[in-house]
Amino acid sequence: MAVISAGRLVSRRPADTVFRFSAAACASIVLILLAGMLIRTTWAAWPAFSHSGISIITSNDWNPNINKFGGLSFIYGTLLTSVIALLIAVPISVLIALFLTEAAPPGIGTPLGYVVDLLAAVPSVVYGLWGLYVLVPFLTNDVWTPLSNSLSFIPLFSQFASGRDFATAGVILALMIIPIISAVCREVFRTVPADERESALALGATRWEMIRLAVLPRSRQGVVAAVMLGFGRAVGETIAVAYLIGGLPNKITPHLFQQGSTVAANIALQFNEAASIPLFKAALIALGVVLFVITLLINIGARLIIRRGSKTQ
Amino acid sequence: MTSLARRRFRDRIMLGAMILAVVVAIVPLGFILAEVVAKGIGQLSASFFTQPEPFVATATGGGFAAGIRGTIKMVALGTIVAVPIGVMAAIYLSEYNPRGPMATVVRFFADVMTGIPSIFVGIFVFTAVVLATHMFSSWAGGLALGILMLPVVVRTSEEALRLVPGALREASLALGVRRWRTIASVILPTALPGITTGALLAIARAAGETAPLLLTAFGNQLIAGWGSWNGPEASLTLEIFTNSRSPFPAQQARAWTGALVLILGVLILSLTARGIVERRARRSR
Repeated sequence: MAVISAGRLVSRRPADTVFRFSAAACASIVLILLAGMLIRTTWAAWPAFSHSGISIITSNDWNPNINKFGGLSFIYGTLLTSVIALLIAVPISVLIALFLTEAAPPGIGTPLGYVVDLLAAVPSVVYGLWGLYVLVPFLTNDVWTPLSNSLSFIPLFSQFASGRDFATAGVILALMIIPIISAVCREVFRTVPADERESALALGATRWEMIRLAVLPRSRQGVVAAVMLGFGRAVGETIAVAYLIGGLPNKITPHLFQQGSTVAANIALQFNEAASIPLFKAALIALGVVLFVITLLINIGARLIIRRGSKTQ
Repeated sequence: MTSLARRRFRDRIMLGAMILAVVVAIVPLGFILAEVVAKGIGQLSASFFTQPEPFVATATGGGFAAGIRGTIKMVALGTIVAVPIGVMAAIYLSEYNPRGPMATVVRFFADVMTGIPSIFVGIFVFTAVVLATHMFSSWAGGLALGILMLPVVVRTSEEALRLVPGALREASLALGVRRWRTIASVILPTALPGITTGALLAIARAAGETAPLLLTAFGNQLIAGWGSWNGPEASLTLEIFTNSRSPFPAQQARAWTGALVLILGVLILSLTARGIVERRARRSR
């Protein structure tokens, strides 16, 4: 029952139209959901936004008992822990990706790639549990204490507290974002044309020189996108950080070994308390909106870079 | 020659750094698995799957039956929500005008959506469902998991559908089979292993979620019936979270066993998904 009209196959069957329409409807659900999430949560957070205004992200005074909702310390904690995580995870992830794509024989590289990917399969509650009972004692006794004793003249490392702190949270976040950064880097390195690698090698370059001359210059944008995706994950991670950061509001301090909190961890930790107090609840939802907007922008940026990269090839 | 020797030396050093990086990433994974097995296996028994937590915090024994059942119920609801919608969306992206503006925008935002923090999805479902119905519920928890699974299902299913050879589509259409019949009975069955892989990965991810359930299912020490959905529900992850933060060794021990059960479940799902991909790759070779 199909007829050719103006060069296009047009179906007269209603079933075809219905099927196509429902597929399009399902596809648009993704867009409706994203928009709906932003609108519904902003609406629910409105009492807090109108009560505190911009101070919800600019003021460092979070005291729900007297209706003070300044969340700057959470944003600070989020950025600090995420930056620590990136400083650790980015070099490691890039080197892993280079090893898996450029150096390892395929028989080793493929299974090793699976193992690195398994890091992403470990649920964050397990990272938190392990972090609290294994990583915290280890880092406290064997790393942070010696570091703090020998380098206490640097403010970053002075004032040792409890082992549940910015630094420890940063370490666990680093572990959690290695798989995503190294996976995206692997994809990026694979798109470097083989003849560029081969020309570098044919000119007598060692493998490392080939990587520096052929692979890395072509991959700069992709690596930036990978780092941004990792940053987005670190910013949004909740449960593992809630275990390890101490959950102390209003701490804006350069001392890495002190307790603090992050936007996501604070929502999880204070949610029960807030459930029966409307303004407090709205303030936590407002923090969620802030978190959503930040991660949305990071992810849109990263995906735009990736898309531009794949178009030029 | 000294300069060549230096270049070779630098090459060796960098290779060493790469291998070190792999070791640095894999060793913690080994430690995590070893620790979870060592601390969790002691309390692992059939009753861990059939008994709820004891009411007395210091009591040993009991299990996470409430959470295990809650996780199964809510992940099942999430799957029922996310897989049909996700696969239909993927069909649109791959079969109808894949380079058109609608498909491009949806694909882009599905990718962006995979990076949205799970706690935010929890907040959304809290505002949209919990506040509206005035109760924490299994419905809300399952819905939050479904939203988190959706972009994963969309993107992996689309990849699977794109791998179906164009000749197969054309052959079916040339025989006069209608478009929707072609998709339903030729393209979908061919892409089924890939779609299953994506669904399994999404299920594994959902089963490991804690933060969104905290705000939607809330948690519950009691076992909720299979048919009871209108109230607070436990999940394996929520029970691990609350028990591990307790000062009592009996509760901490249960948390480790819960972590062992969770990690085994997630690993089995991930490896099964991997296995499906491998088998298909071998067959097509």
